[in-house]
Amino acid sequence: MEVERRHNVRISGQPGGQPMLFAHGFGCDQHMWRHVAPHFERTHRVVLFDLMGAGGSDLAAYDPARYSGLDGYADDLLEICDELGLTDVVLVAHSVSAMTAVLAAARRPGCFAHLVLVSPSPRYIDDGDYRGGFNESDIAELLDSLDSNYLGWSAAMAPVIAGPASPEVAAELTDSFCRADPEIARRFARVTFLSDSRPDLGRVTTPTLVLQCRHDAIAPVGVGEYVAAAIPGSRYVLLDTTGHCPHLSDPAATVAAIDAYLSGAPVG
Amino acid sequence: MTQPSVGDEAARLAFEDALRANDPVDLFDRAPCGYVTTLPDGLIVAVNQTFLTWTGHARGDLVGVRRFPELLNPGGRIYYDTHIAPMLAMQGSVREIAVEVVRADQGRIPVLVNAVMETDAAGRPALVRAALFGATERRSYERELLRATEAARAAEARAVALARTLQGTLIPPVPPEVPGLDVGAAYRPSGDGDEVGGDFYDVFQVAHDDWAVVIGDVAGKGVEAAVVTALARYTLRGAAVRSTAASEALAALNGFLVSEHVERFCTAVFLRMRRRGGGWGVSLACGGHLLPLLRRHGRAAVPVGAPGSLLGVLTEPDLVDVELQLAPGDCLLLVTDGVTEARGGAGFFGEDRLARAFDRRAGLGAAALAADLVAEVVDFQAGRARDDIAVVVLAVPTP
Repeated sequence: MEVERRHNVRISGQPGGQPMLFAHGFGCDQHMWRHVAPHFERTHRVVLFDLMGAGGSDLAAYDPARYSGLDGYADDLLEICDELGLTDVVLVAHSVSAMTAVLAAARRPGCFAHLVLVSPSPRYIDDGDYRGGFNESDIAELLDSLDSNYLGWSAAMAPVIAGPASPEVAAELTDSFCRADPEIARRFARVTFLSDSRPDLGRVTTPTLVLQCRHDAIAPVGVGEYVAAAIPGSRYVLLDTTGHCPHLSDPAATVAAIDAYLSGAPVG
Repeated sequence: MTQPSVGDEAARLAFEDALRANDPVDLFDRAPCGYVTTLPDGLIVAVNQTFLTWTGHARGDLVGVRRFPELLNPGGRIYYDTHIAPMLAMQGSVREIAVEVVRADQGRIPVLVNAVMETDAAGRPALVRAALFGATERRSYERELLRATEAARAAEARAVALARTLQGTLIPPVPPEVPGLDVGAAYRPSGDGDEVGGDFYDVFQVAHDDWAVVIGDVAGKGVEAAVVTALARYTLRGAAVRSTAASEALAALNGFLVSEHVERFCTAVFLRMRRRGGGWGVSLACGGHLLPLLRRHGRAAVPVGAPGSLLGVLTEPDLVDVELQLAPGDCLLLVTDGVTEARGGAGFFGEDRLARAFDRRAGLGAAALAADLVAEVVDFQAGRARDDIAVVVLAVPTP
């Protein structure tokens, strides 16, 4: 129960179904999956959770040493699987969590049936011939953007979120969406944007689907292709959408691509 | 339209001119903030003249061509895709987001963005309306605040490190091995352990089988008290070499505190111990400190010594040497008032409770006894010591 509480785990769908675990990325929380996860409740046991430091996770359990690299986040993924007794898991992971998923699957291949990596990037910073899309000073500016905003969001500003799009969403969202403890967010940004997971990609033996957005400024097409090429036997689907979050910008196409992949139909 | 309540004709005409000038197009183009309208994916549909003037971009280079996040600095672009776009999609709005807009000449303009997502009749996202407010002054002020916060945090960390270093120099962490005597000591700083207290103890050799033991408490806390504490220890060490009686060492400390106008007083117990056969001869003097407890082998503990004057107050203090013989199985306990004045749900810890706690631990070695006693006192205060606590135990081993 401890791990469930710590990560604000939410379970829905078919109790006896194949587990489908959704890991959100840098920035927000498990609500990011709300246009995608419900679709799989008819067929799967759907498990949502918040990354440590995000959303409704237990900030008191944040240990800077444990979370100084993606390994600590991979430990969390495996602990969630262990505590809930999940095996044969379909792990759907966005952005930085896609690399956490790679680490977890490389370490414990027996736990996972499929990986679905949404907008993955193993390395955001350019390196020789590799084009991650950013240089070191860009990342320094991001950390600065975080600082600027968290300053504005401190104490007095924190609960101010203007009227949500619909009452239905309002009821579902909490004030914590896209908000995090500034210090934790800063550390997480560092881990996310300074990690280099390229060497880990080749260790994945789990069947994998890579979902790439056509216009993604954070993880450009070349990066998605790199990931797909580096993971042996992986499938690659290019979604005709803009941004870094296809589960928000085109949930229907995202669901369709995952469905087709899981049902063994030709994808892309 | 309501007419202004102005008397003269000129004012009325001016008002009407102003109304005419305020048509919606002018209001949009010449508003004192930038307006940017985009599709849900960020593609720019419209911008106002203010935004073009600020950024130096041409309308034709933006509308239908660029995505709004592409006009931000790289950090802002990442921030847009990881925070702003999801919040717009999920909540329909964002407020007071700080980003920088990159001008056509590559300069940067810090802005605060408020934006709303408009939906169509079916509730699907249709377009994003964003208002951008120049925030150059505010941003530099915020940066100053941030730097000040960081500086304060660093200063505090240095102060804590300094306090710990000082503390470390004042308290010998492990008392030395004394042949023929089992010595144990324990120290626990108050609170979170980041404020230097005035408690100290010292165990040092004067000559062969001739040792001095001191426990004391300088009034106050903080660096100034710590400095006096350090000087007190070295004064006693020097005095022990020159004199044979315990009272003379304390008198030297008193003289130092009075003459230096330190404006700190101090309590202390000083023991001069000389080994005799299987036991020890002890000369004990007390300067306003809690009297040591002596537990003879198989008996209950009793206070020993004469109270004496507080040190650092009188030029002629009343300090008395009391002579004791310690035999195998005898044990002396010296503590600071952090023990007896510890306050819990049951009132003060007190001297009676201390004596009973000492008696109950007759079977323990000196180090274990000292540690165990400190633990009991901390527990008594529900885990948080209000004052620092020092304990020294001197036990003559049975053969």
